Amino acid sequence: MARYVAGRLAGLVVLLLLVCVFTYLIFFKLSPDPALMICGKTCTPDRVAQIRASLGLDRPFLTQLGDYLSGLVAGRDYGSGPNLVHCPAPCLGYSFQSSQSVTQMIVDRLPVSATVAVGAAVLWLIVGIAAGLLSAVKEGSWWDRAAMGLALGGASIPNYVLALTLQYVLVVKLQILPFPSAVPFSEDPLLWFQSYLMPWLVLATGYACLYARLTRANVIDTLAQNFMRTARSKGLSPALTMRRHALRPALTPIVTIFGMDFAALLGGALITETVFGLNGIGKMAADSIAKNDQPVIMAVTLLAAFFVMAGNVVVDLLYTGLDPRVRVS
Amino acid sequence: MTTAAPSHEAMADPLAGAGDAPATEGRRIARALLRDRGAVLSTVFLGLVVLMAICAPLISAVTGHGPNDFDPAAVDTNLGGLPRGSFGGVSADHLLGVEPQNGRDILARIAYGARVSFLIAISATVLTTLLGVVLGLLAGFYQGWVDQVISRIMDFLMAFPALIFMIAILSSLPTGDRSVLLVTVITVFGWPYLARVVRGQTLTLVNREFVEAARASGASTGAIVFKEILPNLRNSLIVMTTLAVPGYIGTEAGLSFLGVGVTPPTPSWGQMISSAVSWYATDPMYFAVPGLFLFLTVLSLTVLGDRIRAASDAGEAS
Repeated sequence: MARYVAGRLAGLVVLLLLVCVFTYLIFFKLSPDPALMICGKTCTPDRVAQIRASLGLDRPFLTQLGDYLSGLVAGRDYGSGPNLVHCPAPCLGYSFQSSQSVTQMIVDRLPVSATVAVGAAVLWLIVGIAAGLLSAVKEGSWWDRAAMGLALGGASIPNYVLALTLQYVLVVKLQILPFPSAVPFSEDPLLWFQSYLMPWLVLATGYACLYARLTRANVIDTLAQNFMRTARSKGLSPALTMRRHALRPALTPIVTIFGMDFAALLGGALITETVFGLNGIGKMAADSIAKNDQPVIMAVTLLAAFFVMAGNVVVDLLYTGLDPRVRVS
Repeated sequence: MTTAAPSHEAMADPLAGAGDAPATEGRRIARALLRDRGAVLSTVFLGLVVLMAICAPLISAVTGHGPNDFDPAAVDTNLGGLPRGSFGGVSADHLLGVEPQNGRDILARIAYGARVSFLIAISATVLTTLLGVVLGLLAGFYQGWVDQVISRIMDFLMAFPALIFMIAILSSLPTGDRSVLLVTVITVFGWPYLARVVRGQTLTLVNREFVEAARASGASTGAIVFKEILPNLRNSLIVMTTLAVPGYIGTEAGLSFLGVGVTPPTPSWGQMISSAVSWYATDPMYFAVPGLFLFLTVLSLTVLGDRIRAASDAGEAS
């Protein structure tokens, strides 16, 4: 088991390294010169060269990449002499735009993205699994048809369309919710809840529909298995067969998918955060891309890739616990 | 529907291992779809949208409004450029209303936008399917190091935060044909999802008796791949491609919505929704029309894909 975990973690590090090199290469080769953008309209070649040097963009690709990686692991120093700035261990550099530490920017915004992700996940898990279970138990009933029809519809709405529709109906027309703003829970719990309610609903809708369909399909599959017939013929009540025998095999695959979806969301819900103006990782990504703020884009890409891959590893480990058939010795 | 085409495939495929002959299989699925109200409605709606896209110049000629023609008479400059009349300026002249400020006809822009959306989504689907099938087959058929290389590339691409990356790449490439760039980027990040399924199915098919029989009877590698394995992948390929099209329409619209897709004045549904964001409180129709078209198109394609899957699954079970 320990060897398996170690192997997976090593794989994770290698993949992250690849993502890092690949992303760095793309920005190094493709994107327009950030020094030109910072310099603006009244620009002289001397000034551009000066900015390039101060950002460290004049050095060869491999040196830049090497510095970036070592900064990530051990921290690095910027500038020289009296202007020396030390950037401690997980150093992701400084924003070209605001000169803020990128690590600090992420630490500041992660709570917003996490709040959006956790709230939405709770909502879609409860609604999706409950609706799917009910549909599976009452397969073919009017409830089943209505729920599954609704699930197809809900999964087809692009989330920005849903976001704008909700905002128009709930905020502009009915005026039962305020415009979302990222208020901390400790300041005003009610406003906090009202602010995050729409982002939660928007994000949860698509996933809830997907999970309802998955749960239904898995439970129906499981109910048709031989061991379920055995359980029923032993005289167990339908509720008990469901609880003791059907749920575990039916819901294990959901755990896998949930782990991946949730991990991806922690890296920022780009569209939802942008539409509602919530200052999370997703909005930071959109803003940094619009301003060609390369250190920030690099950091968000790495962070999101890290969450996806780490989620993958965690899910596989959980899976070995949940499903005895794939347990590694 | 397509009842003639599958019978030709049946002739070319005498060794097929599946119990059902493809001709009856294709016809059975078509019949099941014709009996399903949702599938028929979806097909009718999609037919209309495709017709609208093809006839976009004709629509413009009939109404007299091109997709980029300004109509200052249709908007009220005293109200900051809001369309005159109710429901976003709907009138006999402008059937779906006009854009605020410049008065461009929304019907014309929807029709021309449909061309862009469909063209990008279908090109991306064709390319991802091609790449996915070829690479998935190679990995599943040859296994060993070929499989190792292809699978690692797939892991790598699927671990990427695709949306962030697509936006980053698209925004750092300001020149060139945006549609081609969009298709390329969607394809690069899209093919592994299809290839993974193809690889998995090929892995199980390669060891089946009918493939062994073909190999023992001296069939060439090409014959085994094209006559034994590919026909058995057809059902899942049909389902996956029908479900890929709405996905890519959504992706294109999303990227255009975020401002890195097709550039103005070329219309696209996502871009129309994006420019409607600042007007949604005062002119909700401007946002509702492209939003509704996008939603109904994605829904129709999803329903159709779902029903095809149900029909082909039912065939396998019997």
